[in-house]
Amino acid sequence: MTAASGKLIKGQTGDWEMVIGLEVHAQVTSNSKLFSGASTEFGGEPNTHVSLVDAAMPGMLPVINEECVRQAVRTGLGLNAKINLRSVFDRKNYFYPDSPQGYQISQYKSPIVGEGVVEVELDGGHSVAIGIERLHLEQDAGKLLHDQSPTMSYVDLNRCGVALMEIVSKPDIRDAEQAKAYVTKLRSILRYLGTCDGDMEKGSLRADVNVSVRKPGGPLGTRCEIKNMNSINFIGQAIEYEARRQIEIIEDGGAIDQETRLFDPNKGETRSMRSKEEAHDYRYFPDPDLLPLEFSEAYVAGLKADLPELPDQKKIRFIEGFGLSPYDAGVLVAERESADFYETVLAGLSDKPRDGKLAANWVINELFGRLNKEGRDITASPVSAVQLAAIVELIGEGTISGKIAKDLFEIVWQEGGDPRELVETRGMKQVTDLSAIEKVVDDIIAANPDKVAQAKAKPQLAGWFVGQVMKSSGGKANPQAVNDLLKAKLGI
Amino acid sequence: MTDLISMTIAEARNGLANKSFTSLELTDAHLAAIEAARALNAFVLETPDKARAMARAIDAKIAKGEGGPLAGIPLGIKDLFATKDVRTTACSKILGNFVPPYESTVTSQLWRDGAVMLGKLNNDEFAMGSSNETSCFGPVVNPWRREGSNTSLVPGGSSGGSASAVAALLCMGATATDTGGSIRQPAAFTATVGVKPTYGRCSRWGIVAFASSLDQAGPIARTTRDAAILMRSMAGHDPKDTTSVDRAVPDYEAAIGKSVKGMKIGIPKEYRLDGMPAEVEKLWSEGAAWLKAAGAELVEISLPHTKYALPAYYIVAPAEASSNLARYDGVRYGLRVPGRSIGEMYENTRAEGFGDEVRRRVMIGTYVLSAGYYDAYYLRAQKVRTLIKKDFEDCFAKGVNAILTPATPSAAFGIGEKGGADPVEMYLNDIFTVTVNMAGLPGIAVPAGKDAQGLPLGLQLIGRPFDEETLFSLGEVVEQAAGRFTPARWW
Repeated sequence: MTAASGKLIKGQTGDWEMVIGLEVHAQVTSNSKLFSGASTEFGGEPNTHVSLVDAAMPGMLPVINEECVRQAVRTGLGLNAKINLRSVFDRKNYFYPDSPQGYQISQYKSPIVGEGVVEVELDGGHSVAIGIERLHLEQDAGKLLHDQSPTMSYVDLNRCGVALMEIVSKPDIRDAEQAKAYVTKLRSILRYLGTCDGDMEKGSLRADVNVSVRKPGGPLGTRCEIKNMNSINFIGQAIEYEARRQIEIIEDGGAIDQETRLFDPNKGETRSMRSKEEAHDYRYFPDPDLLPLEFSEAYVAGLKADLPELPDQKKIRFIEGFGLSPYDAGVLVAERESADFYETVLAGLSDKPRDGKLAANWVINELFGRLNKEGRDITASPVSAVQLAAIVELIGEGTISGKIAKDLFEIVWQEGGDPRELVETRGMKQVTDLSAIEKVVDDIIAANPDKVAQAKAKPQLAGWFVGQVMKSSGGKANPQAVNDLLKAKLGI
Repeated sequence: MTDLISMTIAEARNGLANKSFTSLELTDAHLAAIEAARALNAFVLETPDKARAMARAIDAKIAKGEGGPLAGIPLGIKDLFATKDVRTTACSKILGNFVPPYESTVTSQLWRDGAVMLGKLNNDEFAMGSSNETSCFGPVVNPWRREGSNTSLVPGGSSGGSASAVAALLCMGATATDTGGSIRQPAAFTATVGVKPTYGRCSRWGIVAFASSLDQAGPIARTTRDAAILMRSMAGHDPKDTTSVDRAVPDYEAAIGKSVKGMKIGIPKEYRLDGMPAEVEKLWSEGAAWLKAAGAELVEISLPHTKYALPAYYIVAPAEASSNLARYDGVRYGLRVPGRSIGEMYENTRAEGFGDEVRRRVMIGTYVLSAGYYDAYYLRAQKVRTLIKKDFEDCFAKGVNAILTPATPSAAFGIGEKGGADPVEMYLNDIFTVTVNMAGLPGIAVPAGKDAQGLPLGLQLIGRPFDEETLFSLGEVVEQAAGRFTPARWW
């Protein structure tokens, strides 16, 4: 891991460095909302998942959902962060119809999770450590519907009160690639933990991006915040655009206004949403309806003991246990589903140290390649992990060759079935019976004296014989056995 | 059974059990009294049909021997409590004709125990006031008058409707709420007994919030025993209110008549205010003498931060109120005054819907929480609050069982007499009571005597956290010594 340094941008006055910090809003995976029993299910008819508390009826009181607390602590542990045994819920006061209470319950001065760190791998194999400033729990807002009436806006409170984790990074990020890699990694950790589904299209994961520029190593510049980004690619585009915009202004003798901006993906630009002067005074104060959130060391230790293996640990295990390259291991662990698939394949192997790497190659090259080509997701793979394990096992034990295995894979992909049975019933078994192979070898040598002479002079040409033997055995001869026999018979 | 309305709850309970009368008869007698007392403006909504239906239902249960601890007892409910399918307004225009589809925890426990609802009682708008003059339904009139005078007096507030109705025999008891004295001050002004329980003793769920960290529900009744009977039904843990405390509810009535011998009663020197009327001073000494005669030991104590309590209260309570009242925005329920934009709709609705006092407090609260002022006001007030709490803890640690103080600095005043030019004049009414809310302690106001003009005065007893029982025992001693006070009927 190296200290973060990123791609510099060339301006008219020299190089510029970007300083980037992210606030990621991750929807907590839980059945009910942060302070009410209403469902968090996505896509219900408007205002069907709304409790009296969510609608802020008079006299209603919030009650903390312990599952959300548990998920926040687990996430904190996954981010190698300090867990605060005492935290406080505050009210963030503002008027808007998407906030029925007239305030959002959030955590301001005392968040549930403190400082942590995420290790982020970059292209080229090196990695950077991005600091986590804090993680706090807060309520999501409702949604305004402006297209239901010509004169009015409607409000849908289904999302209102759903638990969010706001994960704030330190300003450790130095370019768009790092920012994208950071969000990708964060998303992967959340999905491994099962604390957020990471579905950016549904808005389960959104990011506010703070960008400023400075001369490398110089004092920090004024930052702008780009709000509500819901695609990793857009985050990259927005940062690139925003940094260049700021550099241009500064180089023209101007100054950056601290402001909130929005990214327009169609134009690839950011534009001003509100200035610092227009910023709200949220009048934060501790929510008197809720007691401070307190739990014990033992509670945290219990959750820590039950954490699943996270991508970094899994990657190391794959490299050390099965000799995978760091790149291949990285590809497999990036998504929980692909790691799970590979793990299931491993589980089906009788000799994991022998075939683990072979299995990784098959998952990455054959399976992922084929899935990508057909635009399918790993969860919808026609070849199951159990079937793939059987194919790898057949190769590993020498029953079929790699070439035959590809044919077998194709049959399983198209028709399904038990690979071992298919090998039997369709006669795909590799011939390892030496006398049978020997006969074929002898026949070919006898029929091609000129080739024999050539091969004796130039041993590389023996490959021709291998091809002939394999061809006449229908690909079923064991290549190693053929090689050995040929070498002996040709005397090379 | 000639006089069904002047009985205590304890007496009515026996009468109902003996089948001397039915709950329906008792309820009808009260409904008639309410109708005859509309000049007091104590009820903002009478629910005679519901009352009779509930009475009939409970009569049937009593006949089967199934009535609860409050079986058949007709009560009034402060309009701050949400009552299912019955209009609940907090006496604010902004709630309009709001009908909640839910019942507050406290009232649901009263109905669970067999009580009958007569209707909803007037209060200061959102419980903000000390005279019941800020209600959108107009002021409540105190059944008490100065001797030889026809001047209408306030019943105190914010639970003015509750106090007035109980004193005027319109209901046998009432629910009330107390944020800075809203139960104890009106009780003192009307010669009724008012209990502000320990913070967390009663659920706040379903009670329109004023200042969440100070609000507590409690009863107003005509005797200490009746207050104890009501408390047992109102108190209890509620998982829907995380500030409510999971602690068994004792049989408060059992504390009535219990000896107070050997109890240490603190007399706080800081409550001896300059310019306090001599009769209040005299009453306080009398009260102390009664407790001493009953075997209690009197000790002078010091609560050094008392003088900061009122200013700190008028920062904390408005701060919380400004946020609690943000939900009244015209979007989902209650009043909506349209505008050309959402901002204008908010402004129009809230300007039209809130009265002067509520607007004043929302503005004060917004100000003290603003960036740059938070530390100077809100944070400092919270520190004062901690010190006030510590003052009490120090006294209790020295063995003090309860503290005796006057309930109010004066007797009831005339409608329109106070606070017109200077709101602080009105706020000073709560000088003896706010400390109790700031510290989260239980307090009881018990009628103890009259001033020179024949108006009732009350004493306050402040107890240790969750030791309401001691307050009931001591309150009973005061009640036995002072006797009971009933206003002459003029309405």
